[in-house]
Amino acid sequence: MNAVELHRITRRFSSAVVAVDNIDLTVPAGAFVTLLGPSGCGKTTTLRMIAGLETPDEGDVMIKGNRMNEVPIHRRNLGMVFQNYALFPHKTIYDNVAFGLKYRNVGKDEIRRRVKQALDIVRLPGVEERFPAQLSGGQQQRIALARALVIEPDVLLLDEPLSALDANLREEMRVELKNIQRRIGVATVFVTHDQGEALAMSDLVVVMNKGHIEQMGAPTEVYEQPRSEFVASFLGNANFLPATVRQVASDGISVDLGAAGALLVSDAARPVSPGEAVKVVVRAEKIDIAPPGNGGLSATVADVDYLGSMARYQMELPGGHRLLSLVSLKDRALELGQSVSLQINPRHCRIL
Amino acid sequence: MSADRPDLGWNGLQLLTLCVYIFMFAPIIVVVLLAFNSARTGSFPMEGFSFVWFGKLFENASIMDAFQTSLVLAVTSSFLATAIGVMAAIALIRYSFKGKAVINNLLSLPLLMPEVVLGVALLMFLKFLEQPRSYMLLLLGHTILSLPYVVLVVQARLVGMRQHYEEAAMSLGANRLQTFFAVTLPLMAPAVLGGFLFAATLSFDNITATLFWKKPGIETVPTKIFAMLRTSISPEINALGAVMIVITVALPLVGGFVVRRFAKGK
Repeated sequence: MNAVELHRITRRFSSAVVAVDNIDLTVPAGAFVTLLGPSGCGKTTTLRMIAGLETPDEGDVMIKGNRMNEVPIHRRNLGMVFQNYALFPHKTIYDNVAFGLKYRNVGKDEIRRRVKQALDIVRLPGVEERFPAQLSGGQQQRIALARALVIEPDVLLLDEPLSALDANLREEMRVELKNIQRRIGVATVFVTHDQGEALAMSDLVVVMNKGHIEQMGAPTEVYEQPRSEFVASFLGNANFLPATVRQVASDGISVDLGAAGALLVSDAARPVSPGEAVKVVVRAEKIDIAPPGNGGLSATVADVDYLGSMARYQMELPGGHRLLSLVSLKDRALELGQSVSLQINPRHCRIL
Repeated sequence: MSADRPDLGWNGLQLLTLCVYIFMFAPIIVVVLLAFNSARTGSFPMEGFSFVWFGKLFENASIMDAFQTSLVLAVTSSFLATAIGVMAAIALIRYSFKGKAVINNLLSLPLLMPEVVLGVALLMFLKFLEQPRSYMLLLLGHTILSLPYVVLVVQARLVGMRQHYEEAAMSLGANRLQTFFAVTLPLMAPAVLGGFLFAATLSFDNITATLFWKKPGIETVPTKIFAMLRTSISPEINALGAVMIVITVALPLVGGFVVRRFAKGK
């Protein structure tokens, strides 16, 4: 049975502001689903509707097959982790973690056992008597996770839980959070604006924009086969080349790039026909650079951004269009003004 | 730039500050000092140190009555104001409803209105209802006077308090009422206590509006002092003043201490 189903959910803040516009979403049991998008895309509102902190204006919220629209948050059996931890500052760590159990008719000894177990899971045993302010940010977030997991929730809701942590800790917590989730097997909805987190942690990435779902799929799918310019540009570094379809054949679609030449593309987001104006997506890290005269697109290096292990080049094509190229450096970086040939594998291009 | 110039300015500032402090505190110190003067006339030079005026104070039944009235009035009116004020603050900060801005403004209106106007208005209203002046009027009046302070203090705390705490509590299975007592109230306890003490001090001190509202024969400490001053200047008044000062200063200080202890989570 699916952990969460949203059926044609709409939430309006006023007649002009539609935060979430008629979306359908399914969170399978045990899955890690990420709502990804820029701020204001409706991802947090969607999460809050699952939680019961917002009421949808239209549509149904189903948890484990039951319609939940009218069920208040405290009867939904959810675990929630907030960006700023939201640990109760006036309660000890023990009382924080035990909080949910106290409203669930759990015996005292059982509470003690489960609190200890939860603290072991987040690898922070022995902090029971401390107060939240005595713990670091990372530790506080682990306690918040323990507090949410100890009640054995039907769904775990994570509202940007990593964004208050500094970069190193964030990566460490990301791995740990994913491990714990996988071990416990609780269906999880994770809200973030960080594409790295989304790609690394999720079974299913839901890219949202302006209250709509732009695309959902496995991390590789949304990254490799973006369905729209928004998805392609939000995830990773993408180039968009304006082109005209010249010929559609079984081995690929050849497109005309004007002065820059021609390109063979093996993948398209939709059926296209010759003569149509399209955009071709090329990932910045999937462009191979060869000495000039080796076929491919000829270009000149217009800008070099040396990053140590990597370099970011702006490659100018004949006709003035520029391509961003990300290359890991094994050798010296290219120089400004150098002529190169850009080799782009048809498999790494996609027509939108 | 010469080196001693800033010193000159600094010294001048220190002198000015000292003068301001003397102006503020000298009268208070004089009252407290003269309360311990053994002479019959309440003036300098002091003749000797004595508690005689405090003794007189405690023997004076009418003053003791006034004291009791003031204390009971302060406690009951600030209790009422705190109960109403906390609920109002929560409604105004945590919920949205029609007419919220209007109610918010109406609640703080007593702050801006001259007390005399408020005093007369409430009295006229009572006349209109054909009710006699009573203790109830005094109680309601004091509650109205201190309510906006409680609302403001508690509101300020609630605004600074992330709603996430309450949402977390509810997500863990606590209903609204349980959440209020387990999370909201403890977190805003300093503000609630502060508002209560603020209200109590205001009520205990109040004279202008009280003069309009009190029934003949009922006296609070300030109106009693006012009445006593009309007939004679007795050193008893100094003793009474000293007691008033101790109460109105000590109460908030003790409150502040309790709040700080509480905030440390002990």
